[in-house]
This record gives sequence, C-alpha cells and structure tokens, in this order.
Amino acid sequence: MPVASAEASTSRKQGRGRSVNVFGGLSHVALLIWAVLVIFPIVWTFLASFKTNTELFGDTPLALPHQFHWDAWGRAWAKAHIGLYLVNTIKVVAISTFLTMLFGSMAAYVLARYTFFGNKAIYLLFVSGLSFPVFLALAPLWLTMKNLGLLGTHTGVVLVYVAYSLPFTVFFLTAFFRTLPTSVGEAAMMDGCSHTRTFFQIMMPMAKPGLISITIFNVIGQWNQYLLPIVLLPGDAQDKWLITQGIANISTNAGYEADWAGLFAALSMAIIPVLIVYIIFQRQIQSGLTTGALK
Amino acid sequence: MRHGKLSPVLLRKYGFIASFLAVPLILYVVFVIWQYIQAFQISFTNSRGISPNFDYVGFDNFTRLFDDEVFWAAVRHHVVLLLAMPLITVAIALFFSFMLNLGGGQKNGKMTGVPGSAFYKIVFFFPQVLAVAIVGVLFQAILRPDKSGVINSALHAVGVDPVGWLISPGLALWTIIGVMVWQAVGFYVVLFSAGMSSIPRDVFEAAALDGAGRFVLFFRITLPLLWDTLQVGWVYLGIAAFDGFALVQVLSVDRGGPDNATTVLPLEIWRTAFTYSKYGVASAMGVALFFMTLTFAVLTLRVTRRERIEF
Repeated sequence: MPVASAEASTSRKQGRGRSVNVFGGLSHVALLIWAVLVIFPIVWTFLASFKTNTELFGDTPLALPHQFHWDAWGRAWAKAHIGLYLVNTIKVVAISTFLTMLFGSMAAYVLARYTFFGNKAIYLLFVSGLSFPVFLALAPLWLTMKNLGLLGTHTGVVLVYVAYSLPFTVFFLTAFFRTLPTSVGEAAMMDGCSHTRTFFQIMMPMAKPGLISITIFNVIGQWNQYLLPIVLLPGDAQDKWLITQGIANISTNAGYEADWAGLFAALSMAIIPVLIVYIIFQRQIQSGLTTGALK
Repeated sequence: MRHGKLSPVLLRKYGFIASFLAVPLILYVVFVIWQYIQAFQISFTNSRGISPNFDYVGFDNFTRLFDDEVFWAAVRHHVVLLLAMPLITVAIALFFSFMLNLGGGQKNGKMTGVPGSAFYKIVFFFPQVLAVAIVGVLFQAILRPDKSGVINSALHAVGVDPVGWLISPGLALWTIIGVMVWQAVGFYVVLFSAGMSSIPRDVFEAAALDGAGRFVLFFRITLPLLWDTLQVGWVYLGIAAFDGFALVQVLSVDRGGPDNATTVLPLEIWRTAFTYSKYGVASAMGVALFFMTLTFAVLTLRVTRRERIEF
C-alpha cells in the first residue's frame, strides 16, 4: 500500500512499448486534472475571502484579490458568530465522542467477552440500528426532545449524537474485542483484578488501534453533522448553533448586498482547521474511515 | 468456578455486565429504537405535534403519498441517483486506484503506482473530511449561473455562454450528482487501494511474466479479485443515493428546486415535519424510505453474490 513515488519516478524503464506510454501519459493527465478539481475550489474560497463584493461579482472571479485584507475574517468571526459556533462544535463533539467511545467500548467489551442470557439479542438490537435511515426517526425524535425539554440544548445534541453513533461503534468494537487474546485478561482476573479494572487497565490499552480508528470515524462524522443540529437546535437557540448550520445559514440568508467575503472567510475558517488536521493525520484518518467499511 | 448458584463470583460477573450495559443500552433504546418504533406508529396518525391528541387514520398518509407529485418526483430522483452516482463514482475511483497502485508496472519485482501516487491519494481523499453542508456552500459560488460563477467565468473565457448549472431544471440534478461524485471519489480510491494491496503480489507478477498488459491486469485479474470490496462500495454508495439531504438542502435553488427538480425524500420528510408540521405524513415518508433502502440493500447483496475467490 505505501507507494514509493519518488523512486518510481526515477526509473520507469520497463514500459511496454509506446501504446502503454501514451495510455500512461493520458492517465497521468487525468490524475492531475482531478487533483486540480479538488484543490482549486478550496484555494479559490480562501482567496475570495480577501476580495471585495465588486471583485467577487465582476467579470473576473478567477483573478487574484487586489489586496489582502483580513477584515472579512474579523467580521465572520465576530459578527457572523463563527467563533462561537466553532467553540460550540468543539465542545459538543469532544464530549459526545468521548462518551460514545466510553459507552460503546463498555457495551462492546461485555458483548464480545461474556456469555450471558440475552447477549446475542442485545448485540443484534445494536446492529439493527445500522439499517434504519435516521430520517425515519426525525419527527418522533423532535417531539421526544421537545417533551424532555432538551430541544435547543447541547445536552440534547450530545445525547442524540452518542445514541446514534452507538450502533456502528458497538458493531466494530465487538468484532475488535473478539480478535484480542483472552489469556492476558484471564491472567489478570486470576491475580484478583476486578472485571472493571481488567477492562480499563488491560483491555482498553490492548484495543488501542481499534479505538483510535473509531474515534477518528466518530469525530469526523459528528463534526460534519448537519441534519441533527438543524433539527435539534432550532432558530431560537442561535447562540447554541454548530458550525455547519451556522455557515449554511449565512449562505441562505445572503442576498446580493450581503457580506460575501465574510461568507468565504467563514468557509475558510471551517475548512482550514480540518485541512491541517487531515494533513497531519492523513494516514490514520484514511484508515479510520475506510477500515470500518471493510469489516 | 462457573457452576455455583449465584456464588459471589457469578454475582460479581452479572453485576459487572449489567453495570457496563445499562447506560449505553438505555441511551440507545430511548433515543434510537423507541424513536423508530414511534415513527411507524405516527405514520398511521394525523399527529401535528402541537397537541398530544391525535387520531389513527389507517393508511391515509400512505395513500396520500401515492397522489403526491412531489413524493414521486423525489422517488424518481433517487432512482436517477441510484443508477448514476455509484456507477460514475466507482468507474472513476477504480481507474484512479488502479493507476495509483498498479499503473507504474513492475519495479524490483514489485507492482508500483504511477509517480506521485502518495500525493494523489492524500489530495483525492480530502473532500471526504469536509462536511457536506460546507461543500454545498462552497459550490454555490463555483456554480453561480452568471459570469461571476467560477465555472461560467472560465467557460466565458473560451467563448461559451453561461450555463445555469443549478437553475435549469434538466441540469440541476446532474450538477448535484457531479458534486456528490466530487466528494466521494477519494474515499473509494482509498477503499479500493486497500483492497488492491491485499491481493498477493505474485498474482500480478505471474500475470506480468505471461505478458499481460495493463488492460488484462485490470479486467481479468484486479477486478475479479476486488469483487468483495466493490460490493461493499456499491452498497455504501447506494445508501448514499437515498440520502442527499444536506447537499440538496444547501446547494439547490429553493431547497429542492427549481420546481422540485432536485428534491429528495429526506428533504421532503424534513420539510413536511418542520415546515408544515405534518408529522404523520413525514413519518409515512420515512417508512417508505426505510423500505426502499432495505429493498436496495437486500437486492444488491443477492444479485452481486458470487463464489468468493480465495487467495
């Protein structure tokens, strides 16, 4: 899987004739075009945050900005509350991912390692959650949250995030705990270690690779949620909003006299941290998001 | 050790099991399972959410859907999405992942990708970590219908008239599909790459020794050995084709427009519930969506099932 790009480029002498080289050349052009298609919109957004409305709506949206003002960034941060939404999102995702991983691994461990009446049924109950579209639960969920007084609160969002992340987390971690050797845990129990301590001090560290993958999966999934925030944090709870709904709201409310540079600054603020985290952890993130699919 | 009747050891074990399962199970049952059960129940009522009183109306909500043009428009869009989106995404992703993993031919007895593969894999995957809602806002500016849109400005430079990417009813859904593909390809490149790297290298070496070119390597060897991964990818994309909520809600004109040309069921469920407060009808749509997704998943797994190739 790791591809030796540098060495491959230095020696490619085993080409099989000209037709292969033409094909290789064309396909390399295709790769290059796709890379540009991915990078360009993001770079353009970043540059657009420095432009004026006249520059943005003129005939040359592709031109570079005349001056690099950070005004729009300040406006987006303070006036459009992007700063607040970012802090809200970090708070909600941090707490709910932590709780998802804690409760998910507790349930998965018990289901994977202990035989008791109802084990199989509870496991299937968790996994069955994977086959329901969340849209089916939308109306009753909203009514329930309203009746519980949790609508428009971060507590409500965290509880719902955790609950809806559990099926996949339990499914994956149960499979993972089953692959771990039983001997270490048994030895610890022999030495008088309690069930709970065995779990936290022996099994959790052993399960680290699986836990990291699923943590990444949950962080990205919950960070990018849009549907649940707009349902659970309605318009009258605007100070509780999360980043995705905040940005979508600026864009839907923006008319032609609106602050477009501010919108692009807000977009950049949402994209750049994710981009940096992705570049640093790209290997773990790629495997975290795809291993789940391959199980 | 395990045969005593509620010996302290057993008691501790069951206490431990109960204490570890209680919280996750309660959370899950209350906020997930119970909601799904209620959704089925509400779909047979005329609940409007404001008062707790509602009547059971039998299959009224479902028969109403049968006469609802917007509902059928949404269903048709899912069919288009289901046919086009996975096909385009898988085709592009397969091509790229083949080039990135095997396209460089043999080197030192190992199959390699084309030069720069590592870089492409990092770049292609990036849209996958962006929120769909953010991608929607991003493409609004790119796809603006006049010369201020990025794509139309580029087209203008080569003398093509502006295209109404999102405002012309015949094109809007395809534009949305294009954005979905833009975001999805990288994920499947990485997924298929992982699949390809698990194919033993000597299979390719043997084929190369027999004089197999890139096309033979791709169609006769890689594709059949990648079948399981392809199937997984297909199911994932198919399920995504029944969603589309965030992108259509954010990107399309008038949320599902122009004139319902891009609307999808999840969007109609959301609108019916939270704009019109018709919770009964919304839940009936949810039930319909559930059975469509389920039918798709079962059919795909049935149709694509074939002998596993052991290697």
